[in-house]
Amino acid sequence: MTLIVKNLQVKHGAITAIDDLSFTINKGELVTIIGSNGAGKTTLLRALSGLLPISGGEMSWNGKSIVGVRAENLVRLGIVHVSEGKAVIPELTVSENLQLGGIWRKDKADIAAATAEVIELFPRLGERLSQGADSLSGGERQMLAIGRAIIARPELLLLDEPSLGLAPLIIEQIFQAIDALRHRLGLTVILVEQNAMSALRIADRGIIINLGKVVTSGTSEQLLNDSSLRAAYLGY
Amino acid sequence: MTIFFNTLLVGFSSGAIYSLMSLALVLVWRSTRVVNFAAAGQAILSTYIGYEAMKVLHNYWLSIPVALLAGALISAGVEAIVMRPLAKRSKGTPVEAIAPVIATLGILGLIRSGVGLIWGNSFLQYTSPLSSKGYTIGHTTIPFSPLNAAIVIGASVVLAIFAMIFRFTRLGLSLRAASFQPEISRLSGIRVDLIRTIGWAFAGAASAVAGALVTPTTYLSPNSLDLLLVSGFVAAVIGGLESLIGAVVGGLVLGIGFAFILQYIGTSVTFSAAFIILIIVLLLRPQGIFGVRRSREA
Amino acid sequence: MKLKSPRARFFISIAIGAVLLFISGRVDELRSYQGAQVAIFAIAISSIVLLTGFSGQISLGHGALMAVGGYSAVLVQSHLNLPYPIAFLIGGAVGGAAGFLLGIAAARLQGPYLAGTTLALAVGIPSLANQFHILGGEQGLTFDIGTAPSWIGKDFSQYRWFFWVSVIAALLNYWLLRNLLSTRYGRRWRAVRANPTAAALAGINVGKAKVLAFTLSSAVAGLAGSLYAMLLGLVAPLAFTLTLSFTLITGAVLAGVSNLGGSIVGAVVLVAIPEISGSITSHLGGSEKVTSNLPGLITSVLLVATVLFAPNGPKWPRRKHQ
Repeated sequence: MTLIVKNLQVKHGAITAIDDLSFTINKGELVTIIGSNGAGKTTLLRALSGLLPISGGEMSWNGKSIVGVRAENLVRLGIVHVSEGKAVIPELTVSENLQLGGIWRKDKADIAAATAEVIELFPRLGERLSQGADSLSGGERQMLAIGRAIIARPELLLLDEPSLGLAPLIIEQIFQAIDALRHRLGLTVILVEQNAMSALRIADRGIIINLGKVVTSGTSEQLLNDSSLRAAYLGY
Repeated sequence: MTIFFNTLLVGFSSGAIYSLMSLALVLVWRSTRVVNFAAAGQAILSTYIGYEAMKVLHNYWLSIPVALLAGALISAGVEAIVMRPLAKRSKGTPVEAIAPVIATLGILGLIRSGVGLIWGNSFLQYTSPLSSKGYTIGHTTIPFSPLNAAIVIGASVVLAIFAMIFRFTRLGLSLRAASFQPEISRLSGIRVDLIRTIGWAFAGAASAVAGALVTPTTYLSPNSLDLLLVSGFVAAVIGGLESLIGAVVGGLVLGIGFAFILQYIGTSVTFSAAFIILIIVLLLRPQGIFGVRRSREA
Repeated sequence: MKLKSPRARFFISIAIGAVLLFISGRVDELRSYQGAQVAIFAIAISSIVLLTGFSGQISLGHGALMAVGGYSAVLVQSHLNLPYPIAFLIGGAVGGAAGFLLGIAAARLQGPYLAGTTLALAVGIPSLANQFHILGGEQGLTFDIGTAPSWIGKDFSQYRWFFWVSVIAALLNYWLLRNLLSTRYGRRWRAVRANPTAAALAGINVGKAKVLAFTLSSAVAGLAGSLYAMLLGLVAPLAFTLTLSFTLITGAVLAGVSNLGGSIVGAVVLVAIPEISGSITSHLGGSEKVTSNLPGLITSVLLVATVLFAPNGPKWPRRKHQ
């Protein structure tokens, strides 16, 4: 179960947002993609999940090309994208948002089991099942979004800046949960983050991109110990 | 007192039809953010098909499902063949907001003229086995006939079925999710394009039932549902366009309002009445009774 | 003298006018009538272009605004005995006043609500005529502007005179609007149409701009309505149906909704369709249902095809900065 990206190019009109990007991710890895604002991180995830058309290069998952496959069909191939900014539907209840995770799946028993697992992991969601999702705090919404993604039984999970706008304590909780989940469920995860420190602590590897190109990559230990990188991207 | 009560009954019956029509419009608005002006055109075509079915089957009750099915298919067709490509082509152009309005107006004209060409302009009778004579209670005859009862019951059944589908089924959840947040829905595996077409199909079915129920009370001609076009739309706007409950309430408000205006002021104000009711509601609540004031979408 | 300056446009308009008026002497009555129709429709369509194409607002009720203008002109002429050019202007002014009120409401209403209100307006206003006796009820009121003045020449037919009046009005209207659109008002409207939020941030008073556009557009529609009354010789509710409002929008779309010059093209198409469909009908045997429905069918097909394949209007030659 590998994700192979080769010479990827994505354009926004006349601007090349991603330029000749290549990397490989193996099963079970948690790879974090780090970069400053506008580096192309979100664009990369949106290209991977089928929301954005690409203008060049290859992407394949488990040996099959995923270029040009629509987002709703990629979900069925096991690629689940939690988009930036608390991807929940505020007009629906918490329970309904969770139901969206399994809405395309037929195995009702498994959906129920997955939902139970999510509620066990995030008890606060369990307390608020019948409330509108708009009544949740920022951290709770993020938990809801991740919970919904888990119910979709992903093999490859794409997380776009889950820490955005959250308090440090909550960020810790969520990152712990992500780490626990991926070990327990054997998930492959791409974690896009500006909060590089927290991300590298739970990641196996990191890829740093800037202006749509890879700057450098390595194990998280290597990146954490590289002082010039630390200064440039990790802020100390 | 009796006049008041009678007027209320009349208002209920016409209100039920407006609710169905308004529901059709709100369904489409909620799922694709388009006001389907062609809804009345789709309804009249479905009604004509129902009429033909009745001629063949010799049974009014059987013709209603035929009309319903026709309505669903026609509406789905309009969405898939015209509206979806239109949305893709007009995305990002200055006419993006207006193009669907114009397209649906064009389709309305197309269907109306088409219907006239096929069936002619003369008035036809879409007969129902029910009587249009009012029920008698004691010595008095109230202006509510078995036909009206069928309208109210039929409309209520359809509305109840839709409500249940929306609230309790996966399909309903998909419809709601896709109308609120299409992108998140796609990322949850919902086939949003297909869901939208289904939303339109439901709308087409609702307006077809409205046509099939109301036409026996008058006559069938290409223009017979014109007032329904305006009324359904005004009812939807009064209710707020955002909620299905609003659609029903809007329809009833308009129906009862009409009935009272007609009773106490006179028949000549019919068309102006719709306008006046609309203005009053929009002045008090520009987003409609159940509407939500959205900030400008940037 | 630059080609695009107001003075140049003025002379060009006069030249065009002279050519048209020269031609009018050489065609028959029907063509004169249709020519007048085209000119009047061009004015009406330009009002939609102004409103929708330039300030991005939709109105399904401009037929009603034409009615307002028409009725005002007629009433003013018969009750106050004012000469007809003044009557026309008053028709425009009253239309503008109605548009001002409507525009204030419109600024508060978002897309579909505005469409709905104007729809109800289109249906409601003409039927008001049945309410008030002074408006003549179902039969309406007659409107007679008299024949051509004697200094124009002998043998000037009624319809030819109408043609002249309409064309002069249409040219004036075009000249005024074209110049208006190249001022800062035009730029403001274009900004509002493209992106209201950005326009507001740039300091444009979006509400005011929209109301102004609505007022002006309604004034033009009112003027068109007065001329329409002249041509028909009367005003009555049946002359201003919902179909008229839809027809105007059709014409604007065919014109290229933000193309002022296209108004004339849209008008020509609108007047030509009944002609063309009439000849098709007689070829097909001329049954009643074909006669009455074919024009509508052709118009609708054109409308849907145009909006689907050329949403910004067909590629008529147009100015660059639309």
